[in-house]
Amino acid sequence: MKAETTIIENAELYDVKKIREDFPILKKLIHGKPLCYLDNAATSQKPQVVIDAINNFYLSQNANVHRGVHHLSEVSTKAFEDARIKIKEFINAASDKEIIFTRGTTEAINLVAYSYGRKNIREDDEIIISHMEHHSNIVPWQILCEEKKAKLKVIPVNDDGELILEEFEKLITDKTKLVAVVYISNSLGTINAVDRIIAKAHQLNIPVLLDSAQAISHTKIDVQKLDCDFLAFSGHKLYGPTGIGVLYGKEKLLDDMPPFLGGGDMIAKVTFEQTTYNELPYKFEAGTSNIAGAIGLGAAVDYVQKIGQNSISYHEQSLLHYATDLIKEIKGLKIIGTAKEKCSIISFVVDNIHPHDLGTFLDYEGIAIRTGHHCTQPLMHRFNIPATSRASFAMYNTKAEIDKFISALKTVIKEFS
Amino acid sequence: MDTELKELYQQVILDHNKSPRNFGKIEHANHTAEGYNPLCGDKVNIYIEMDNDVIKDISFQSSGCAISQASSSLMSSAVKGKTREEAEKIFNRFHDLIIGKLDEEKSLEELGKLTVFAGVKDFPSRVKCASLPWHTMLNALHKNDEQVATE
Repeated sequence: MKAETTIIENAELYDVKKIREDFPILKKLIHGKPLCYLDNAATSQKPQVVIDAINNFYLSQNANVHRGVHHLSEVSTKAFEDARIKIKEFINAASDKEIIFTRGTTEAINLVAYSYGRKNIREDDEIIISHMEHHSNIVPWQILCEEKKAKLKVIPVNDDGELILEEFEKLITDKTKLVAVVYISNSLGTINAVDRIIAKAHQLNIPVLLDSAQAISHTKIDVQKLDCDFLAFSGHKLYGPTGIGVLYGKEKLLDDMPPFLGGGDMIAKVTFEQTTYNELPYKFEAGTSNIAGAIGLGAAVDYVQKIGQNSISYHEQSLLHYATDLIKEIKGLKIIGTAKEKCSIISFVVDNIHPHDLGTFLDYEGIAIRTGHHCTQPLMHRFNIPATSRASFAMYNTKAEIDKFISALKTVIKEFS
Repeated sequence: MDTELKELYQQVILDHNKSPRNFGKIEHANHTAEGYNPLCGDKVNIYIEMDNDVIKDISFQSSGCAISQASSSLMSSAVKGKTREEAEKIFNRFHDLIIGKLDEEKSLEELGKLTVFAGVKDFPSRVKCASLPWHTMLNALHKNDEQVATE
């Protein structure tokens, strides 16, 4: 009961108008209309503090990290490593050695596929994914399975867009060597019962990777509580910059894994005969990292924590329910993804109007939504549709924006009928 | 509706989207091709019955946006009864039109109804929607049963 009271108190303090002031781009006009940005599942906008952190790095801190003995190199190294510690605390990892900077979720998943996968997956082994995966959590495993003559198995999805966990329990066997599933679906908004999946997999000592590209901005993540073995996310969906992401991995697993990329920074000693690899996390960070990106992501994490993850979730859930109630009243419109547990993503199709036409019309009202297959083609096939329109809400969206979106939606439907 | 948007979604395009001409499958087609735009998932199948060098009959089946649906419909009407060479010539003019490279009055006249696609030039991301049916049609004329991709 205590937790609930806290959330409600925060909600009263939640000042969306003030939050919007922190995001300069939200003042922009698109085709002469105020920007109504509802494409947050693709990427979120950046607050001034993130832009300033990146700017400030290049203005007064720029030097390569872990290299020089000069002042700026020490400054940049500290800023870079401070960002790692902030992220470690943000997801409650046991050690900052478990936080590996990557270019994004995709690279993080590929790192696991190439390094962990190549070492541990053998002929006839099985990897389990789900029918609602983003292509980035399908293709790396397909490449691995092809190379190793292993098998990819897929957890089916029901008509509401939920994973059928009873089927998962049948799919998992002693041949299964890894489970890689999405925490929150980017196309449907479904929040998967990953705790159940992890518990089942761990009964058989099978590691679980969570694609948390969407989850990272919508829900509080505690990797120790979740007990996931790997977790991947991108900075740019968490109000941070593009080109920076994180792979979390349990230290013991990461320690046993061979390097992914070879090069500078990931070595302890190099001779032409033999190379000794650096310790974690540097073993997996070959070459100069996206230093400014990491620092920008650190600033984003600070910002999100300042607003409060519980408050953000509460605000987003209220937007989700408000929009869902209005949108489902529209005749000829069907929501794709009606799971009981959802984050603030609404995918839908409208009779006789292709999503791309809808997207173009809304754009002229200043409303940005995503249209297409959302890099989840197998899921589109599952629902027998080529594409959907998707509106996704973030901490700075308002009910007034949803009203505007619904009204524009009704106008387009009228124009096309 | 915004003027630029009205240019793109002209009434003729909306009409052809709603009631496309030559929609369906020709059973006696001797030239067919499938076109696909991986970016947006637009898909079109073209069926042609050639009589020597003349497009005796043409039809299509597709799923896609209004621009691509209308383009399939108007393309099929434009090339029916034409020779292979004539069809190619119309396509070249049409392509210049949608990328904004056609301004001679005479060429516009020759395109007839197809000029409704002139607004596409202001929407670079939609050029492929308008051109996919044409590429697929040309592919059907030249090679049999191959998938065309815009990417």
